[in-house]
Amino acid sequence: MNLDEKLATLKYNKDNESHLSVDEDVCIRCKEKPCTFICPANVYEWNEEKCIMTIRYENCLECGACKIACEKNNITWRYPNGGYGVKYKNG
Amino acid sequence: MENNKVEVIIVGAGPAGASAAITLARAGKKVLLADRADNAGDKNVFGGTIYAKQTAEIYPNFWETAPVERAVTEQKIFMLTDCDSVQFGYKYASKASYKAFTVKRSNWDRWCVEQAQKEGAYFAPKTLVKELLIENGKVVGVQTEFEKFYSDIVIIADGVNSLLAKQIGLRNEIKDKDVSLSVKEVIEIPKENLQDRFNIDDEDGCACKILGGPLKDIMALGFMCTNKNSIALGYSVSIDELKKHNIKPYELLEELKEHPTIASYIKGGKTIEYSSHLIPEGGYNCIPKVYDNRVLVAGDAAMFVNNIHFEGTNLAMLSGKLAAETAIEALNLSDCSASVLCRYYKKLENSILIKDLRTHRNTIDVIRKNIHTLTSLYPELACDFFDLLTSADEIPKRAKYRKFLSKFIKSRGITASIPFVFLAMEKCFKK
Ligand SMILES: Cc1cc2nc3c(=O)[nH]c(=O)nc-3n(C[C@H](O)[C@H](O)[C@H](O)COP(=O)(O)OP(=O)(O)OC[C@H]3O[C@@H](n4cnc5c(N)ncnc54)[C@H](O)[C@@H]3O)c2cc1C
Ligand code: SF4
Ligand code: SF4
Repeated sequence: MNLDEKLATLKYNKDNESHLSVDEDVCIRCKEKPCTFICPANVYEWNEEKCIMTIRYENCLECGACKIACEKNNITWRYPNGGYGVKYKNG
Repeated sequence: MENNKVEVIIVGAGPAGASAAITLARAGKKVLLADRADNAGDKNVFGGTIYAKQTAEIYPNFWETAPVERAVTEQKIFMLTDCDSVQFGYKYASKASYKAFTVKRSNWDRWCVEQAQKEGAYFAPKTLVKELLIENGKVVGVQTEFEKFYSDIVIIADGVNSLLAKQIGLRNEIKDKDVSLSVKEVIEIPKENLQDRFNIDDEDGCACKILGGPLKDIMALGFMCTNKNSIALGYSVSIDELKKHNIKPYELLEELKEHPTIASYIKGGKTIEYSSHLIPEGGYNCIPKVYDNRVLVAGDAAMFVNNIHFEGTNLAMLSGKLAAETAIEALNLSDCSASVLCRYYKKLENSILIKDLRTHRNTIDVIRKNIHTLTSLYPELACDFFDLLTSADEIPKRAKYRKFLSKFIKSRGITASIPFVFLAMEKCFKK
């Protein structure tokens, strides 16, 4: 079962604005880029050529791991607005 | 609610917040419980068991009406090697002495909040608290997306990420070694198959911990719990280890699912939910300041998790209750300053909460140092031992014993286990 299939089991109420952001100038200097592999929903993707971080915030599970993993403290992290984001039926 | 003012605002309707709310409401205090989710519990995830005794202190005889899945009657440990496993378990027959129940958090948390509402607490769902309101250096209420609410005391029960405790400097960001990420799947299995596989009766349940296999040599622990018609399977792993070993959490979960022993339990099942959540693992050494003028911190927000014994919900409920009792005293004295609210920490110290966390203040470090022994060597030795005991072939037994013993000694099993012996002695005899 791949990640897309896992995420397809979930219900989300998508917010119009992202609750996550990064400063790409800082990411350029980040060697390991842990956010791009430790995230359980694979939200962050770094484009090496264009130096752009794609943030698929609509897949976020709101766990908080990325902000702790980022050693450069470069992730502006908050929760989605009330009622938005992921919704677990089992938990 | 008059002028958006209550006596106590509680942020977060998890086990800590709901328990604080019901305790305050029972004492006749005006209380507002706010949660960012549509329904209480919609954002919350855990491994599966709540503890009967401590839960019943807040919700007496809860099992009669609450949405519990199964009464846990067996707890097992799985030690995995790459392909094999040794399993041992503790099975208790008596349902009269309930120990633990499996629950689904979305159902359970909602039920708890409903009990608090019945006692008179006001619940505001879909309400994200953006920040604490500060006037003259003191917390006076909360700012939500749309409104301001005021209170004499705010109880922060917003979980492991606690942005609010951070806002007022009670907490720093957690270090990556002091927190674990969990990923989990709920896998639907026909009830009969599930009960056959776990060898349990209709209402009984089984809770398992998993060591080794795909999780060997890293600070990770698997878990598997039985719901009525589904299995909750997942693991938690320290964030520094995820970074160090370049682990994609969902890929490691697949490896765990594919281990022959685990696969035999979930065979033919359908994943109905994937989820993820953090667990604070820092224990006693990471407890922040849990009170200040007009503010108290409870549950995961205060890092109250005993990860050696897999306890979190019970400590959340206990700390929520003690925070509420402190708030009641302060309101009755008309003094909500830190000089009265410091009684909260005294209450925590006198309870099992601080005592147990203190007992295990260094245990995680010892486990970390011995992680190879615990997750790789012991499972291997255990499987080797049973293989030796059960294989009938051409090799003389004496040669087999010698081989096993020499592996045991070579792998420094004895030396490596000495710290555990010392640790056990220290826990038993030192005050
Ligand atoms: C995988 C896993 C397995 C576990 N296994 C067990 C187990 O078997 N047994 C056990 O006892 N414990 C277990 N735990 C630990 C247990 O789940 C937690 O300790 C417990 O849920 C903590 O309760 P809490 O009320 O402090 O926080 P939470 O349950 O996290 O509740 C916090 C609440 O605050 C809300 N919130 C957060 N920020 C805001 C805001 N700004 N505004 C409004 N609302 C907000 C959230 O929506 C949430 O409802 C496990 C945890 C995990 C992750
Ligand atoms: S870990 Fe932080 S600095 Fe590094 S790439 Fe990710 S967001 Fe950027
Ligand atoms: S909060 Fe969790 S799920 Fe969301 S982006 Fe960060 S790591 Fe990924």
